[in-house]
Amino acid sequence: MVRRLLKDWKVRLGVAVFAAFCLLALLGPWLTSALLHQSPTRLDLNAVSSPPSSKHLLGTTASGQDVLAQLVTGTRESMLAGLVASVLGTFIAVVVGVTAGLAGGIVDSALTGLTNVFLTMPGFALIFVISGYTRGGGPVVIGIIIGLFGWAGGTRALRAQAMSLRNREFVLAMRMLGESRWRLAMSEVLPHLIGWISAMFLGGFVGGVLAESGLAFLGVSDPSTVSWGIMISDAQQGNALISGMWWWFAPPGLCIALLGASVALINFGVDEISNPRLRGANRALVKRAQEASRAKEVSHAR
Amino acid sequence: MLSDTDGGVDARRHPEEPDAVPEPPRHPEEPDAVPEPPVLEAADVTMHFTVRGGLGRTSTVKALEHASLRLRRGRIVALVGESGSGKTTLARLFALMYTPTSGEIRLRGEPVGPRRGRAAREYYSEVQMVFQDPFASLNSMHTVRHNLARALRIHGRAGRDDIEERMHALLERVSLTPTRDFIGKLPHELSGGQRQRVAIARALAVGPKVVLGDEPISMLDVSMRLDILNLLARLRDEEDLALLYITHDIAGARYLAEEIHVMYAGQMVEGGPTEEIIQNPQHPYTRLLLGASPDPARTLTPGGSSVFADVEDSGEPPNLTDPPPGCRFHPRCPFATDSCRRAFPARTELPTGQWVHCWLYPSGAST
Repeated sequence: MVRRLLKDWKVRLGVAVFAAFCLLALLGPWLTSALLHQSPTRLDLNAVSSPPSSKHLLGTTASGQDVLAQLVTGTRESMLAGLVASVLGTFIAVVVGVTAGLAGGIVDSALTGLTNVFLTMPGFALIFVISGYTRGGGPVVIGIIIGLFGWAGGTRALRAQAMSLRNREFVLAMRMLGESRWRLAMSEVLPHLIGWISAMFLGGFVGGVLAESGLAFLGVSDPSTVSWGIMISDAQQGNALISGMWWWFAPPGLCIALLGASVALINFGVDEISNPRLRGANRALVKRAQEASRAKEVSHAR
Repeated sequence: MLSDTDGGVDARRHPEEPDAVPEPPRHPEEPDAVPEPPVLEAADVTMHFTVRGGLGRTSTVKALEHASLRLRRGRIVALVGESGSGKTTLARLFALMYTPTSGEIRLRGEPVGPRRGRAAREYYSEVQMVFQDPFASLNSMHTVRHNLARALRIHGRAGRDDIEERMHALLERVSLTPTRDFIGKLPHELSGGQRQRVAIARALAVGPKVVLGDEPISMLDVSMRLDILNLLARLRDEEDLALLYITHDIAGARYLAEEIHVMYAGQMVEGGPTEEIIQNPQHPYTRLLLGASPDPARTLTPGGSSVFADVEDSGEPPNLTDPPPGCRFHPRCPFATDSCRRAFPARTELPTGQWVHCWLYPSGAST
């Protein structure tokens, strides 16, 4: 399945970019301090608001901080928020959605009611209020808040899928073997939802990064940490746009866009997994093409 | 071959005097000369589904009305009828997927209610089902091994040491040989007939006494059908299985089954020993059904005097949310009378072992 996924150039590009960001988040801070001898918080008062140079590869901020070091550190913080948000959001969506879809009856009604409540809540405004109340609290807290309020949409989709799978004959057949509900859900139904879940996970990831940036930009964040959103927010407060300091706000903005694009590219491939008919058609097509070429060879040989 | 004319004359024998000939006294529920009690039995089951429409409107689909059916060891009972006649509903009632609106399912005479967990597992260790579509009844993500291993494990029919051996034995029983080639395969690597054999092997893995076949060959390539029918016949003989064979193909039913029951729009209209039903159909619907199956002999008498010749466009099954009153076949029946529109006729037992629900026959209408 993974190998088939990687055949598509779009997916390969997306995975490459996404993996680069992951590596950057893991190793970046060590790289900047060990190789570039820069720290995201140290103020270089000799080079305030300087454009990119050999000393500061991406220039410095209005207070003399190294933008590259900030960007790399911000990668870790932003992606951590995205990861926490998507893991939590996807987990809740899978548990609630699949349970509701498979159980039906009162359980379904209750869980659907709960989902609808969360679906109609003005999510971002609530996140805003609550993270204001927790006073930032770093990427993990922000990720938790985003995850807690962002699961409802995916839940609806998973519930619908589980409901349709529940009455498929292979599930009925395994139920008639006496398979327990737990195993029916885990081993018969969930594997068919992998495409949906991974798409949801990736979407939630980008959603988490964006929401974190948005919150930071609006000032609801821990000012002692560095994230992409905080960088943009600082740049805006430092009048970077007016004074033409593009190196301050462009890199974090580009990083957010790149990460979003990479996830979108991966999702193209995941779509094919969640729709096995696309795959089947492809395989049939390949087979037919091979047979045609073989037939041609045979006729040539004659 | 059979001729429609015989049946037509038969049917017209007593159209005006339904009560003329008294039946020999016999209990209507107890066919004679069957020593063995049924393994699985549907006793007078009715199934109505409530369907919610828009604007909170509900309607009731009357899918099955007062159906009774008995399955005995080593015998195949065919349930014949067109789409929407309630065949599958009855099979699913046997599979405990629904709770009947009235009536009950009995296993060895014991009524079976809705079950869960261990009780359900016990029931399913005796009653298994083979579904219509082998492309849908096997999970596309699991191998043959997974399907068989789960079936064996759940019912404790194999330990760690002998499970491989037993799986190979199962595949051998359904003629998927060499078994080594098949056991690791995923469904998409198998043909329709092979998949259906895997589904049958999975059903057999639990060691059932009853197998419910819901049109097991209708989705298969024509060339594979006879193979599967012969496999089912062999299993009946070797394993002493009770088999319910649901089909809309009366010729296949004749080939396989000892007994045929005919359903129409949720009502059981006729039943009895296979040859009697085929050679001497009593209910007008059975005759229509037989007339619809290809018959080489019929081409020899073009324009033969079929009773349905004048009703060439003989309509379609009724909408089960609002079925016709009385006998549901009456709008299509050339012999329909007023009594047909009023009430569903009681069962008439014939000396041949057949029974029929039709007002044309001197019946238990009085009983």
